[in-house]
Amino acid sequence: MKTLQSRYLWIVLLIIALVGLMPIVLNSPTMREEVFLILMLIVLASSVNIIMGYTGYVSFGHIVFFGLGGYVAFYLMQTFQVHLVLAAIAGGLVASAFAFLLGTPVLRLRGAYFALATIGINEAVRTFVNNFEPFGGSVGMFFNFSVYDAYGGAANALWFTYYALIVVTLLTIAASFWIKKSKFGLGLMAIREDQDAAQVLGINAARYKVLAFTASAFFSGAVGALFFFKNGIIEPNIAFDLLRSIEGLVMVMLGGFGTVIGPVIGAAVYELLRSTLITAPPLNLGFTTINFSNFHLFITGFLLLLIVLFITTGAVGLLRQRVPVLRRYLE
Amino acid sequence: MILEVQDVSKHFGGLVALDRVAFSVPEGKIVGVIGPNGAGKTTLFNVINGVYPPNGGKIVFRGEDITGRPPFEIARRGIARTHQIVRPLGELSVRDNVIAGACFGQHNLSLQAAAPVADEVLDFVGLASRREMLAAKLNVAQKKRLELARALAARPLMILLDEVLAGLNPQEIAEMLDVIRNIREQGITLIMIEHLMHAVMNVSDHVVALDYGKKIAEGTPQEITNDPKVIEAYLGDPKVAERFMAGLE
Repeated sequence: MKTLQSRYLWIVLLIIALVGLMPIVLNSPTMREEVFLILMLIVLASSVNIIMGYTGYVSFGHIVFFGLGGYVAFYLMQTFQVHLVLAAIAGGLVASAFAFLLGTPVLRLRGAYFALATIGINEAVRTFVNNFEPFGGSVGMFFNFSVYDAYGGAANALWFTYYALIVVTLLTIAASFWIKKSKFGLGLMAIREDQDAAQVLGINAARYKVLAFTASAFFSGAVGALFFFKNGIIEPNIAFDLLRSIEGLVMVMLGGFGTVIGPVIGAAVYELLRSTLITAPPLNLGFTTINFSNFHLFITGFLLLLIVLFITTGAVGLLRQRVPVLRRYLE
Repeated sequence: MILEVQDVSKHFGGLVALDRVAFSVPEGKIVGVIGPNGAGKTTLFNVINGVYPPNGGKIVFRGEDITGRPPFEIARRGIARTHQIVRPLGELSVRDNVIAGACFGQHNLSLQAAAPVADEVLDFVGLASRREMLAAKLNVAQKKRLELARALAARPLMILLDEVLAGLNPQEIAEMLDVIRNIREQGITLIMIEHLMHAVMNVSDHVVALDYGKKIAEGTPQEITNDPKVIEAYLGDPKVAERFMAGLE
């Protein structure tokens, strides 16, 4: 059974790698941009799943780690010409350190209070950065084009970022799987199910929660670094966009929280849906604009409602419930 | 003495839940804790295993002062417990529940090492055929067994049993009592809170009676059943109680 499960991990990693390779093989920058978004959302959703799905703490403001990682990396690259790889690691580490420091007090809160606190933190950090001169204040920062020279010009830099993202995605999935299958993960899930009972069993809940939060922040921070490097510009309202945080939660719920593959499927489906809706031919149904701007958000809200009402466990969870045989394979 | 409860007090605001309660638990024995509803029995367990720090007094386990240590630390020192109101990890399988008990308990086992321990304990409590079920789907009697299995899997030196018999039918009670006796055979010390008098008197080596947070009596099951204070606590007037007890025999 153990080998079956690790085989399962390899299959998931292989599929993601194949999807990631497609734009490279076809040499299509358009497709690359689409897959870039999907992979980034997979990382964000898998990252929030560690604290939300495994540990049961809904982190509404998780995007703060994405923004923070992005800012730190951007600053390092712009000011000290640090290489993207190092900057992304630094961004992830700073996000982790921030999560570690915050986690100790904030993770004492339970349920809705924790969720509210994370929103507060995100807004506080956004406001801080808005007024923080070294980070460019409300205008943000943008690259001098020469930053890309070290990577062989802008076009090559974009490809390089994409390769890096594929690596980060594979690492995130592997970490998510490893956590789920480890003793650490079992402790997290015990906390999710009943924190007091978990402590009585001998689980140091406070420490486990902070470690989960710290690990989860790392991946969001690292992927933030890649995204804003590719963007060439970073500003507070994009870096700390609460809407994106909520979209992340929808992806996790859609795919199935607490599973490894759930956030992957949720993120992919969500992004494909969004891009389809945006490019769909306009319907003239009497809305103020023909295009109904942000139509996908309308669908998102509706989807979330349906999930919360009818399939609280998400797509993967539903499959696991209905087809018990799959429980052994579908993680 | 494996455990000494030394003058332990616990207040909740103005309510005195425990008032200088003191007793000792000999190693390898079963100590029953009885008392009417609200006597402070569960609070006593919560103080022993660190859920609440006491307002006064000390808990000494194997010669070490463990007063006010957090629950997870006390679990690792070898005190396991079951809950009166069962607390299964609902969305995890029965087996994973017990594995969690085994790997976070006294010996800090790896997952691989915990699995055979869990399977053995599931066999022992008679849940082996349910191991792949989600814990939430078990019935009450099975959930009580699961609580016990989780506690046993930790390979503890002592288990606090909080009303493991409540809500079980006579057949299930008889089975559970066998399991409890078997646990003592393994050398594990037990403290059990129980409402079912005949059951607790039947298996206990020593009984402590609480009422309104105070220890009112302590002794062998025979001594306790004949103690006027105990009879009064349960039945009000000792004279009425005497006649009642006489009627029972």
